[in-house]
Amino acid sequence: MKSSIYTRAVAVLASAALLAVSACSAGSSTSSGSSPGGDQNLSIGLVAEPASLDFTTTDGAAIPQALLGNVYETLVKQDDSGKIVPSLAKSWTVSPDRKTYTFDLVDNAKFTNDSQFTADDAVFSINRVKTAWTTSLKAAMDVVTQAKALSPTQLQVTLARPSNDWLFRMTTRVGAMFSQRGDAALATSPLGTGPFKFSKWNRGDSIVMVRNDSYWGSKPFFQQITLKYFKDATALNNALLTGTINVISTVQAPEALSQFTSNDKYQVIEGTTNGEVLLSFNNSLPLFKDIRTRQAIRMAIDHKALLDTCWAGRGKLIGSMVPPTDPWYEDLTGVAPYDLAKAKSLLQASGAAGKTLRLRLPTLPYATSCGQVVKSQLEQAGLKVRIDQLEFPAAWLTTVFKNADYDLSIIAHVEPRDLGAVFGNPKYYTRYDDPTLQGYLAAADSGDEAAQVDNLKKAARRLSEQAAGDWLFLLPNLMVADKDIKGLPTNAITENFDLSKLAR
Amino acid sequence: MILRLIERTGVFLVSLAVSSVLVFAFMAVLPGDPARVALGVNASDEAVAELRRQFGLDRPLPTQYFDWLGGLLHGDLGTSYVSKAAIGPQVFDRLQVTLWLVVAGMVIALAIAVPAGTLMAARHRKVSGLALSAVSQVGVAVPAFLAGILLIVVFAVKLGWLPANGWTPPAQDPAMFLQQLILPALALGLVQGAVLTRYVRSAVLDVLREDYLRTARAKGLRPFQALWKHGLRNAAVPVVTVLGLQLATLLIGAVVVERVFVIPGLGSLLLDGVSNRDLLLVQDVVMVLVLAVLLVNFLVDVLYVALDPRLRTA
Repeated sequence: MKSSIYTRAVAVLASAALLAVSACSAGSSTSSGSSPGGDQNLSIGLVAEPASLDFTTTDGAAIPQALLGNVYETLVKQDDSGKIVPSLAKSWTVSPDRKTYTFDLVDNAKFTNDSQFTADDAVFSINRVKTAWTTSLKAAMDVVTQAKALSPTQLQVTLARPSNDWLFRMTTRVGAMFSQRGDAALATSPLGTGPFKFSKWNRGDSIVMVRNDSYWGSKPFFQQITLKYFKDATALNNALLTGTINVISTVQAPEALSQFTSNDKYQVIEGTTNGEVLLSFNNSLPLFKDIRTRQAIRMAIDHKALLDTCWAGRGKLIGSMVPPTDPWYEDLTGVAPYDLAKAKSLLQASGAAGKTLRLRLPTLPYATSCGQVVKSQLEQAGLKVRIDQLEFPAAWLTTVFKNADYDLSIIAHVEPRDLGAVFGNPKYYTRYDDPTLQGYLAAADSGDEAAQVDNLKKAARRLSEQAAGDWLFLLPNLMVADKDIKGLPTNAITENFDLSKLAR
Repeated sequence: MILRLIERTGVFLVSLAVSSVLVFAFMAVLPGDPARVALGVNASDEAVAELRRQFGLDRPLPTQYFDWLGGLLHGDLGTSYVSKAAIGPQVFDRLQVTLWLVVAGMVIALAIAVPAGTLMAARHRKVSGLALSAVSQVGVAVPAFLAGILLIVVFAVKLGWLPANGWTPPAQDPAMFLQQLILPALALGLVQGAVLTRYVRSAVLDVLREDYLRTARAKGLRPFQALWKHGLRNAAVPVVTVLGLQLATLLIGAVVVERVFVIPGLGSLLLDGVSNRDLLLVQDVVMVLVLAVLLVNFLVDVLYVALDPRLRTA
């Protein structure tokens, strides 16, 4: 008797639970279609949520990824092949001494606070970089001596010296155009001339943008786009599989791709990025002063096997600090091919054999998985490697980046055209001081287009031959989306995610 | 009884004060500079120093501590270093989300533990009791995040019954809110329920062996009546203790479950804060969690007195 009461109670509870589950499943079946929120709405899954919406005072790739080109626009922008093309500037001319740029601006662009975009706004925005920006990127504007509005649609910028890099930086967030009325709270409600208006930021979850119906250019297809942020790679995949989102912007675990490639509901896009995964050497250490040690490390690494093991074979082997979308790209993987015997003998000759190196890794997926492979390959060549994991970003930035307290590290340098930034400045954490390289970089910046390409090719080759670091591979652009989404970029080479081209 | 309450309140306040010092001290020694994280990889030392000054990080530590404490006492949690938004409303929003999870998880845990634990105790020598005991043992061994992942795979990805992740406030869409709450609450509740079942079982077993229960049976009460009238209240004292401890575990478990289910609760706010070195925000969130745990312990102490009249004279 006593047991039957309990049995009954448990049975009642169990059936109540079952009922609850089935009742809810009935409700969800209507909403879990392939298009959350209807055909005019799109939901994109991304990995890093911005810490703030103000890229003038907070660094981090997530802010321009969401806002640049969508909310804010620049005078010039990069097209898919890496070429600089018009945006808010219809055209521009460069003076013969290459120091004066004159931009003709579009006359029908408007900020979403209803004020007209004019050359005065451009002057305001350029000057603002020098006065109000605090992130290190502001240095890109140091070369500007004067910005002047010749008329409401004509802007003249004078540089202290010729600089190809300056025009390129104008395609990035540094070139973003702000309203001089200054009524935007940059950190919480950004405001620009772009095809989308910032609508809402649900912190910890998503950013919502709506179409700017008074946009001066061709209007985007989607009425509303939600950028949804996921810290967990599996959660991101599940969200697409269950129809919560339509696009995975970056596949975080390439080994999990098969669940999408085998399903014809989805399309998988694979292209290149600007993310060179660099095995960096602390070139200020006596050990690395000897070029034989550096070359030995490069030759001890079997890059193909490494890529297969730690990133499921996705990505591209590059051999220097240039991605294939830059005009000065050359395949330099042959400069230091895998040769274990030679690596061993070079290490013997330089006296580095048997030494212990600290490989200080940031806690990032590619670094932790590739770090193990690097360790085992270097140990085969006769080095000892000790791995330290450093929390990213904070601990890694302080220890490796600021204090250069490391021997080897692994990090993807995702900034566009960053060869000069990473190896041209002896104070940078790579501590690479090479006057020959610096000469090439200076000549590339001040010369014409042909001279730029020629000198940067020389610079990339010099880096590879001098073994200033080892380029493990180039991160792939891996996206998965519902089959019917059009306009997704094959290559992710700019710092923004262009939402205006997307359609269904 | 009044004396006991005053004593417990005193302990509560002292613990709170000591933890505030500890939390602040931990943040001060954490490696990584908030200003450098905000300014990014290439920032100059001058720019970092300037931002440290703006954040007020260049002031002596005691000044920073008392400013922070003073703000807290006035209900002002300060402004985030990174997002430049007031911290108070953020913490309040996220706390609501986490509380839903914790409460729902606790309800599920209790709904499982009380009947199952009592049943296991009542039938502890029978096969059904042993079988239940084995199931609960497995439940104890499964971490909440793994339970979450398994639930997602089965109910969201394979069966498509419930959403895999996300969060909708109840005021915005109650149906969606419930659908999204079920799996994370189950992930938390099933595991906690299994743990709690073990405690309920042993508490009821202890009670079943007491003389007063045999006396009650001898008076002619049926076993269930005897347990209901004389046993459960006695069994509740140790269970409430564990429940108090478990609420703290649930809060921490929610941090992990929030990540698996992409729920913007206190846990994800804390993790983001740590990774951005938004130290003031981290300090505030940790203090809120400490306060919640201490408050629960305090309430448990008070509840003892209500449950057990013997303590009222002590």
